[in-house]
Amino acid sequence: MLRTNRAADIEKVFAKYPTKRSAVMPLLYLAQAEYGYCSPEAIREVAELCELDPTEVKSVTGFYTMFNESPTGKVILDVCDDLPCALRGADAFMAHCESRLGIKAGETTADGKFTLRSAMCLAACNRAPLLQANGDYHYDLTPESFDKLIDELGK
Amino acid sequence: MAKHLLLRDLDIPNIREIEVYQANDGYAAWHKAVTTMKGEDVLGIVKDAGLRGRGGAGFPAGLKWSFIPKDVFPKYVVVNGDESEPGTFKDHQLIRGNPHQVIEGTALCAFAIGSNLAYIYLRGEFSEPGKALEKALDEAYAKGMLGKNLFGTNYSLDIRVHYGAGAYICGEESALLESLEGRIGQPRLKPPFPATNGLYNKPTVINNVETLANVPLIVHNGAAWYKAMGTEKSTGVKLFSVSGHVKNPGNYELELGKFSIQDLLDMAGGSSTGRPIKAVLPAGSSSPIIPAANFGAKLDYESMGTIGSVLGSCSFIFMDDSVNMVWAARKMIRFFKHESCGKCTPCREGTNWALKLYNKMLSGEGGKADIDLIADVNKQIIGKCFCPLGEFATSSMTFTLKHFKQDYIDFVEKKMGGSPEFLAELARDAHATHGGH
Repeated sequence: MLRTNRAADIEKVFAKYPTKRSAVMPLLYLAQAEYGYCSPEAIREVAELCELDPTEVKSVTGFYTMFNESPTGKVILDVCDDLPCALRGADAFMAHCESRLGIKAGETTADGKFTLRSAMCLAACNRAPLLQANGDYHYDLTPESFDKLIDELGK
Repeated sequence: MAKHLLLRDLDIPNIREIEVYQANDGYAAWHKAVTTMKGEDVLGIVKDAGLRGRGGAGFPAGLKWSFIPKDVFPKYVVVNGDESEPGTFKDHQLIRGNPHQVIEGTALCAFAIGSNLAYIYLRGEFSEPGKALEKALDEAYAKGMLGKNLFGTNYSLDIRVHYGAGAYICGEESALLESLEGRIGQPRLKPPFPATNGLYNKPTVINNVETLANVPLIVHNGAAWYKAMGTEKSTGVKLFSVSGHVKNPGNYELELGKFSIQDLLDMAGGSSTGRPIKAVLPAGSSSPIIPAANFGAKLDYESMGTIGSVLGSCSFIFMDDSVNMVWAARKMIRFFKHESCGKCTPCREGTNWALKLYNKMLSGEGGKADIDLIADVNKQIIGKCFCPLGEFATSSMTFTLKHFKQDYIDFVEKKMGGSPEFLAELARDAHATHGGH
């Protein structure tokens, strides 16, 4: 239960805002950390905490791409392949990521270690090709440095 | 090379630490303002300095602050750190490298309008730079720069960080407020404007990270000092995010109006591919593209207008002559289609049909009739939505077509679509693009 396992964090979140509803997104982040994704149970708990209908919370998880509505791999790799990154080789880089992991972007490896996604701009176009691994930036990547990163993260 | 005023981390290592920041005049303006000035004095200086919003619209910051009614409480300051426009990465560096200046600017804005609570809204993907900002905030509280009864006065201020969760639309100010209130990020109908009906329906100033980072400099050195930089209507310094086919991509801090697009390209080392640069998008994906023939234009709000484009957020994406504009436009439309919030039908459906049209061309099945259809799709989006997102999408089509129609004709006549690379890209997109709103 979120309420018991993350009581101190929840209290901190509520203290930040004058309304309970504003806590929805930070609480969903907590729930996602707790359950691995925004499970129906997580959504019900957050709704209860914020005194909202679960449907309203579900609309939030559905709208924002960083809330995962189904389980993901242990490490989520968000590779940007928007225009500025593509000009610096992001499309070919993405193709390499797919072949190295043996999956297509949008999929999770069979061992559950990696989810590969196509990200919508990560605000670091000067360092492309780049990705975020569970939110941490990795810049100026090459096929070789990607392989090394996968070896490290996969341990 | 003059010292940086915003990207001070390039000159002063560790300025992200409060001791270093304070040793370099940090929080001096803040102390002076709270202990010796009135809010309206601070507002007056910022107005006089001619500082314009750095997020894209270029609206005068002091004027925006002056719209806040005096007799309604509470009031809020919301800092827009939802930097998500492809090509833009200036706020990222500011937050990471010089967070105290962002905090001090936020604080001065709050003091100027009589607010006691500010939120810095960071895009969810900024958890890493956000850590630097949150650490800086902790330091500021510990040193008594924020909190209750500041410097022995009866003025109190809290600044809190809020994270988005992956939605470009939240960079639009009213969508950002919706998001901060715990809702899906769909823009509000305006008027009323946030100045009177903003966060929690209270008076609210929303400014970009970079805009506010200028404020400590202005209050510390005076409006005349700031105005001496730039041009009459575009005062001060501005960050330029340079990306694409250049040797040295990165952020460049320049006085407004003093340099041309060509100068910026030269500063970034010129073409990285050895091929000539064909065009630039000056304000990320949403801006009217500029052909190389117009690179003599000066970098200020007015000059960019005279060549039919905008200065906007100053995110210069340079492209060499190997880039076909049908491909480039499709990349941008893919983005806008994904990021359309779905509220207004013309944008939601229009970006969807536009992407289908470009996908058709890329797959090799497009014909001349499809080129004509582009203008028709655009017509049905422009002016028909709550916010500019849909129009941003049309500008990637309208202006690539206007300046590079031959690219489109070549694409369908020379059967450039349907290449293995394009087909692979289309297949990946169809499979990969998660979410959508």
